Amino acid sequence: MSPDLLKFIFGRLGFDSLPIHELILVGTFAVVALGGVTLLAGLTYFRLWGYLWREWFTTVDHKRIGIMYMILGIVMLLRGFADALMMRAQQAMAFGGSEGFLPAHHYDQVFTAHGVIMIFFVAMPLVTGLMNFVVPLQIGARDVSFPFLNNFSFWMTVGGAVLVMLSLFIGEFARTGWLAYPPLSNIGYSPDVGVDYYIWGLQVAGVGTTLSGINLICTIVKLRCPGMTMMRMPVFTWTSLCTNILIVASFPVLTVVLALLSLDRYVGTNFFTNDFGGSPMMYVNLIWIWGHPEVYILVLPAFGIFSEVTSTFSGKRLFGYTSMVYATVVITILSYLVWLHHFFTMGSGASVNSFFGITTMIISIPTGAKMFNWLFTMYRGRIRYELPMMWTIAFMLTFVLGGMTGVLLAVPPADFVLHNSLFLIAHFHNVIIGGVVFGAFAGINYWFPKAFGFRLDPFWGKCSFWFWVTGFYMAFMPLYVLGLMGVTRRLRVFDDPSLQIWFVIAAIGAGLVFLGILSMLMQFAVSFLKREQLKDVTGDPWDARTLEWATSSPPPDYNFAFTPVVHDNDAWWDMKKRGYQRPLTGFKPIHMPSSTGTGIILAGFATAMGFGLVWYMWWLAALSFIAMLAVGIGHTFNYHRDFDIPADDVIRTEDARTKLLAGAK
Amino acid sequence: MTVAVNPSQTGEPVFYLADEHPHPEGYSTSLGFWIYLMSDCLIFAMLFAAFGVLGANYAAGPAPKDLFDLDLVAVNTSMLLLSSITYGFAMLTMQQNKIAQTQMWLLITGLFGAAFIGIELTEFAHMIHEGATPQRSAFLSAFFTLVGTHGLHVSCGLIWLMTLMVQVWRFGLIEANRRRLMCLSMFWHFLDVVWIGVFTFVYLLGVLR
Amino acid sequence: MSTNTHAAGAHDHHHDDGHGHSTFSGYMLGFVLSVVLTAIPFWLVMSGALPSKQITALVIMAFAVVQIVVHMIYFLHMNTKSENGWSMMALIFTIVMVVIALSGSLWVMNHLNSNMMPIHEMTGMK
Repeated sequence: MSPDLLKFIFGRLGFDSLPIHELILVGTFAVVALGGVTLLAGLTYFRLWGYLWREWFTTVDHKRIGIMYMILGIVMLLRGFADALMMRAQQAMAFGGSEGFLPAHHYDQVFTAHGVIMIFFVAMPLVTGLMNFVVPLQIGARDVSFPFLNNFSFWMTVGGAVLVMLSLFIGEFARTGWLAYPPLSNIGYSPDVGVDYYIWGLQVAGVGTTLSGINLICTIVKLRCPGMTMMRMPVFTWTSLCTNILIVASFPVLTVVLALLSLDRYVGTNFFTNDFGGSPMMYVNLIWIWGHPEVYILVLPAFGIFSEVTSTFSGKRLFGYTSMVYATVVITILSYLVWLHHFFTMGSGASVNSFFGITTMIISIPTGAKMFNWLFTMYRGRIRYELPMMWTIAFMLTFVLGGMTGVLLAVPPADFVLHNSLFLIAHFHNVIIGGVVFGAFAGINYWFPKAFGFRLDPFWGKCSFWFWVTGFYMAFMPLYVLGLMGVTRRLRVFDDPSLQIWFVIAAIGAGLVFLGILSMLMQFAVSFLKREQLKDVTGDPWDARTLEWATSSPPPDYNFAFTPVVHDNDAWWDMKKRGYQRPLTGFKPIHMPSSTGTGIILAGFATAMGFGLVWYMWWLAALSFIAMLAVGIGHTFNYHRDFDIPADDVIRTEDARTKLLAGAK
Repeated sequence: MTVAVNPSQTGEPVFYLADEHPHPEGYSTSLGFWIYLMSDCLIFAMLFAAFGVLGANYAAGPAPKDLFDLDLVAVNTSMLLLSSITYGFAMLTMQQNKIAQTQMWLLITGLFGAAFIGIELTEFAHMIHEGATPQRSAFLSAFFTLVGTHGLHVSCGLIWLMTLMVQVWRFGLIEANRRRLMCLSMFWHFLDVVWIGVFTFVYLLGVLR
Repeated sequence: MSTNTHAAGAHDHHHDDGHGHSTFSGYMLGFVLSVVLTAIPFWLVMSGALPSKQITALVIMAFAVVQIVVHMIYFLHMNTKSENGWSMMALIFTIVMVVIALSGSLWVMNHLNSNMMPIHEMTGMK
């Protein structure tokens, strides 16, 4: 074949794009390929493909989509954490003339991939997954407002994750840090495919995130069951509403800023270049207008989870519900007024810096109010130290610490010293792990029985808990110290041998966290094996308070045989107290949306288009785009997207539950 | 604790609806589409911000005064404005169930929209021919991106319009199609609102500068 | 965003299509107003009728704002009642966000330029 034709077909992609010279990557590839082949063979052997396609990939059921988000988040957590371990090992080793084991080219990709994956493909899917699963149940709805869109959003998120994962073995990832600041990320300094993978991975996933945000806002606004006024919504639903408002109001900004960066890279425009009037700092400004709300997008749902858990396991109504709601709304608005604190040092001058410093400090007030609400909820409560509650208490201790270092960083002069130091790294890991990750784990342990019908094994859960918590403190407290000593982030080798001990401690901490993750996987496996013992027949294993516990575990496809009517904040608690009798007769057919494969197909084409654009395979990008358009338009010609679950099926499902409940008594 | 939904005569609290009607199809669509438009609004806001910050950086290249032909912009603006009112007529005839007239007004709207795109492309081609390319300066990058994004939206609207005309022709003015026409109407008028910002801040203020 | 009596309304099924019902006179009034509100700024700039550029700029921006409101009311049929006020709420929230992000960016970047750019370079750029 002529070189021109080869170039047309494969664009920039050639044999030299495959990282065959990097032993670590070859090894990883071998392991991944082996695992992948085993998985595929297993699925084929057990004839699971049809089942997966029908029941999971094409489903529009919010519960299953939520579960798939969680699986995506946990799988990506393993990848992101592998990067973290490599960084910790590298930094613990590279002293006294040692170069460590990661060459600069690889190390820079590792820290970029770690940040991108942890935020976009771990934290976001975990949070979105929980919201997807829980919110419709909490508000007494049958599904989300736009079930097809929900499926499509999920697969777009997967598409973005696939692009980022592909960069591991085909080509390379960005070497720019997780926000890809220009001019470094511009074509002149990053001519290879790394930044392009970054851009298209995030753009594809970003579409999904924005659409799922719109979807959940509509769901909460329009589909609440009768009696559930705004001020009777569970706090988790409130925080989800605010989170999704933030998503819709901030992800478009990310879309724009990445689009402008890609124009700079592909077309040669001058938005963020150093010459022809471009301004690299404009990129930093724009991306943080998205970036700061993003922090609250992640942490608000976690706040909601902690609110539910605290009141359930204290056996008390949540203290200060109204103040909790207002605090959430205030945080939502304020999160838009603080973005500049990420770049105090760029030199905007005293008035700008003091404005943003003050707004940043003000945010700690509603957050602090929330903290006191949780404490007062626990006060004189009959606290049960189950796993979700343990994670909540760990959160309260850890997050307060992280919040205080955050207020410290909000002081511009202090920030001038600590900017881009390991102190900052310690701070945001402190709030993200202590807030979002602990929140997600509390949520997983809390709602797992609802999703699968059996509780998670407490022994391995406690192992995971203690490894995570001690590991976290060991890994990040040394970074505070190092940051105060002036060590900056993203360094690969060190000269000063007196620093090494701190890095070694941090590496041991990361090792403990690794044990925590392994224990969690073990917890899933053991719980599955012991599922008969851990079975939840009542649907309400924690004696909880909100509507999702009113239905069976796992809930039927239609969630509730009859739409509930709500009279109180703690709707299910109220029903239990007032002698609610579960209806046994009078079931009717239930109108439900039907499954469709369009979402996964569209997202597949979007991913292919991203891949084509990364490698300059213009034909692939163009064809995928046209295919996407055709499939999308074709989908609108399908006017029959719903079906009725026959009354007989509902009766059968509900009768089975009646028998189960009778057996439990 | 008085609740509107408490039809029970005996005073016993009602905890579920024994007799319910599912939400009608498309129950959330107009709100959902409106929220989508709000997110789109932020996309444009950021492009305006980029233009606002970078729009004076000519890099010794051409400035708005050298480039913009306000007569052409005025013609273009009137195309979009006319397409807005003709879309309005399409909605009015749709309310009266007049399929043929609805289709006709949709077609006219599409023609005005296509004229708008045509004029815009001519303007772009002319500028590029004169060497005022998007690569020339940050001002031109921001200009082409902002105006081009608006044009891209109008083009998407045209594709959507044609799709809807086919669907109205095949299936009539059924409820689903009415809902879709209403969404497109919001989209179309929204683009007109964005254009007000474009012609004021980019063209008029640019020439004033 | 406080208490909203919507929940009970979740089951009133006279489907409000969100954006009211339009009338011929409404559209025509909106159209005529838009034409006038478009024509005047164009004329002001093209003829240079006003003495100073600053005043012209302020006036045409004011016209733009008025015209946007006209479009919102007559073409997009915005009112405080559609979707139980949620449309309006979303719009107001979006306007707040747009104002924050736009004015914030301009303020921040302007400060940056005046602080970090030597004067002679600034004049060179224009």
